[in-house]
Amino acid sequence: MSDANPRIDALLQSNDIVLFMKGSALFPQCGFSQRAVAILDHLGVPFETVDVLQDPEIRQGIKDYSDWPTVPQLYVKGEFVGGSDIMMEMFQAGELQQLLADKEIAKAS
Amino acid sequence: MAAEEIESLIRQGIPDAYVEITDLAGDGDHYEARVVAESFRGQPRVKQHQRVYQALGGRMGNELHALKLSTAAPE
Repeated sequence: MSDANPRIDALLQSNDIVLFMKGSALFPQCGFSQRAVAILDHLGVPFETVDVLQDPEIRQGIKDYSDWPTVPQLYVKGEFVGGSDIMMEMFQAGELQQLLADKEIAKAS
Repeated sequence: MAAEEIESLIRQGIPDAYVEITDLAGDGDHYEARVVAESFRGQPRVKQHQRVYQALGGRMGNELHALKLSTAAPE
């Protein structure tokens, strides 16, 4: 277990939707992260992003946290949802919208 | 990483898998993989993807930077 875990726990507890990504929402540094941001923007929900390029401890820690080797990673209410491919598949099937509704996450006003 | 190597690693890790690799950029670094396996049936997507990543044995995110992955059980 990595020292990053308490920090990751804290991030997930204080934000309903967290996207760990490369770059920022405005300036994604990788095509997969860009796609993940585009999906969340389209859904119109508020979300927090964490730029792993600025934080080596989180960059490694988040991979161990979910046993998932790549970034971006989406978490909703503390639960790991998946990477950008899973986000896209779920979005196209309407499952991501359903998940957010089930978790009672409102759109940004 | 060569496409054949990715395919053979996935087949070793998931013996019932049908694997289709597409080279997206022609640079040996950006691939798309479609993996269909009967043993995926009933497993959540996250678990299916994790099994593919496990088959790749730590190469994902290292030697293999970009793999667009989709998984399914046979129709």
